[in-house]
Amino acid sequence: MASLIPDVVEDALVTVPGSSSRGRRLPRLRVWRAVVLFVAGAYFLIPIYAGLRFSFENDAGHLSLYAVKAIPSEPGFSAAFWLSMRLALVTLALTLVLMVPTSVYVHLKFPRLRRVLDFVTILPIVIPPIVLILGVLRAAPLWLRASPYLLSLVYVILSMPFVYRSLDAGLSAIDLKTLVEASRSLGGNWLNTLWRVVVPNLRSALLSATVLTLALVLGEFTMASLDLWTTLPVWIYQFEQVDAHVSTAVSMVSLVGTWLLITLIVSLDRSQSRRTRRRTNNP
Amino acid sequence: MTELADANRNTGPAPTGARVSLDGLVRTYGATRALNGFSLAIEPGEFVALLGPSGCGKTTALRVLAGFERLDSGQVTVDGRDVSKISAQHRDMGMVFQSYSLFPNMNALNNVAFGLRMRHQHAAQRRKKAGELLELVGLSDQAAKYPHQMSGGQQQRVALARALAIEPRVLLLDEPLSALDAKVRAELRDQIRQLQQRLAITTVFVTHDQEEALSMADRVCVMSEGRAEQTATPAALYSRPTTPFVAEFVGVSSRVPVEPVDGSVLLFGDRCRVRASDVGLPDGEVDALLRPEDVTITLDPAAKPFVTHKSFLGATTRVIVQVDGVAVRVDVRSDVAADIELGARVGLSVVSRDVLVARRAPANPGSGE
Repeated sequence: MASLIPDVVEDALVTVPGSSSRGRRLPRLRVWRAVVLFVAGAYFLIPIYAGLRFSFENDAGHLSLYAVKAIPSEPGFSAAFWLSMRLALVTLALTLVLMVPTSVYVHLKFPRLRRVLDFVTILPIVIPPIVLILGVLRAAPLWLRASPYLLSLVYVILSMPFVYRSLDAGLSAIDLKTLVEASRSLGGNWLNTLWRVVVPNLRSALLSATVLTLALVLGEFTMASLDLWTTLPVWIYQFEQVDAHVSTAVSMVSLVGTWLLITLIVSLDRSQSRRTRRRTNNP
Repeated sequence: MTELADANRNTGPAPTGARVSLDGLVRTYGATRALNGFSLAIEPGEFVALLGPSGCGKTTALRVLAGFERLDSGQVTVDGRDVSKISAQHRDMGMVFQSYSLFPNMNALNNVAFGLRMRHQHAAQRRKKAGELLELVGLSDQAAKYPHQMSGGQQQRVALARALAIEPRVLLLDEPLSALDAKVRAELRDQIRQLQQRLAITTVFVTHDQEEALSMADRVCVMSEGRAEQTATPAALYSRPTTPFVAEFVGVSSRVPVEPVDGSVLLFGDRCRVRASDVGLPDGEVDALLRPEDVTITLDPAAKPFVTHKSFLGATTRVIVQVDGVAVRVDVRSDVAADIELGARVGLSVVSRDVLVARRAPANPGSGE
């Protein structure tokens, strides 16, 4: 372990003048922090590095951009990509339309039900996706089974644990009852109150719910595969049999794309906050 | 400063106070009766304070009036129209809440304009009126500020402007000063009262602070256990309480055991009339309820009562006199009290020969500040 610690730090540890035991503990803590960060970083970054490297190699093992360039023209890629996007958007819309009013209503009218909802929304994590999709496929009517949007309905259930927890935290952080009552006393109907008063004050919670839902839908494989729809993850898996370099390149691109999307959403939120602050400081 | 009346010339008729009547309100939560047949009539433009201890039902009464709570029975009428079944959204009542209730996502101007927006007023018109309302509460320079950038007092003033912007038929104030520090509270108290008088809006004010209630309201309704104990002007409430509860809750009272004699009572050797009250002269042992200013003391080395404590209050000093094991509070001019030593023997007499009596308290009658 000592080899991981730079000499300068080791010297500092030994020669801090008049150092107390607390003074000695502090640099040691810093070193441990660096070690933990390094190990955790390596755990995440090494597979990504391997994937990136494989994406930029040809069959002969030389550096090449052929896999990345080939992505748009590969058969089935565009359809799978757009299907995943449509499913993500529909899922997000359904989730928010269902969960925001429900969470608000429970917080306002039935706060004791929060525990029940907490339990119910965690079930999708406990129940294996394969059980869920097989049950849904057996129960759903034929017209719905024939539509890819059945997946969106199931994804809504899958995203519930994350979305509900984000919203619950957001709602707990504001004085919801007073805000709603203030709006109502000023003549606001429920829709106006929700849209103009509650939702804007849940921006961070909604952002977090959005990011988690999008990440979940864009990466979901089991259900899409069993429902026989070629979403992006399913296409990546299937295309691996044809060209593993292209398949891995798509994985990497989708990973980077998801990161970019999340970064975009978060920076939009930040710039909105900055604009608000600037407007306020310079009225 | 532009007054709301000027603003109203552009947007509608000047606000007029509504007559409000609460009749036999009953509201239960499980086994608890928050309102137990509560009734109150409020005249147009009147400022009425609901005063009482925690859990007496005053906030529930206000919330019923606002339309936030349903009634188990009873009726709320505004200008003779039953509004019991009308939602809060349609009651046209402006409300200022105890907790800061400004919308965090809106600046002060938009907060004030919110109610006008809900009434589909034109954007320019509502901005103009919101600006005038902010000017009315002295915050026109804070229009662009967001709630988290304002102090508690400023937020409550914006909340007041927001409630007034919709030209409410009734203004409801739910302990709006309780979260503020003493100085700001005193300033805002005066401002609210001045605005209410200027605009003549019927106002219901909930508070547990009797100083606030007595100094601001035209009439005060003292509540206990979901009922109105007494509704009267502050002066009448203080000087002529009709029930022992009111006498003890409003102001300071000392309980002194007295002996009933032919419908009157014997107090410090004097025969006193029993003041008319709902309870009359109760059976059994009774106490007289005495205000500190209802009693006078004179130095008398031969007397049994003696001074145990003195508290300087400014112009007066509160002297606690021990009489047969009972503490009696007496207010004495401070210059006079300076000559009264602790332990000094004093004689007591009552100023008025008309006292309020109550059934004797089960434990430690007359003691405690």
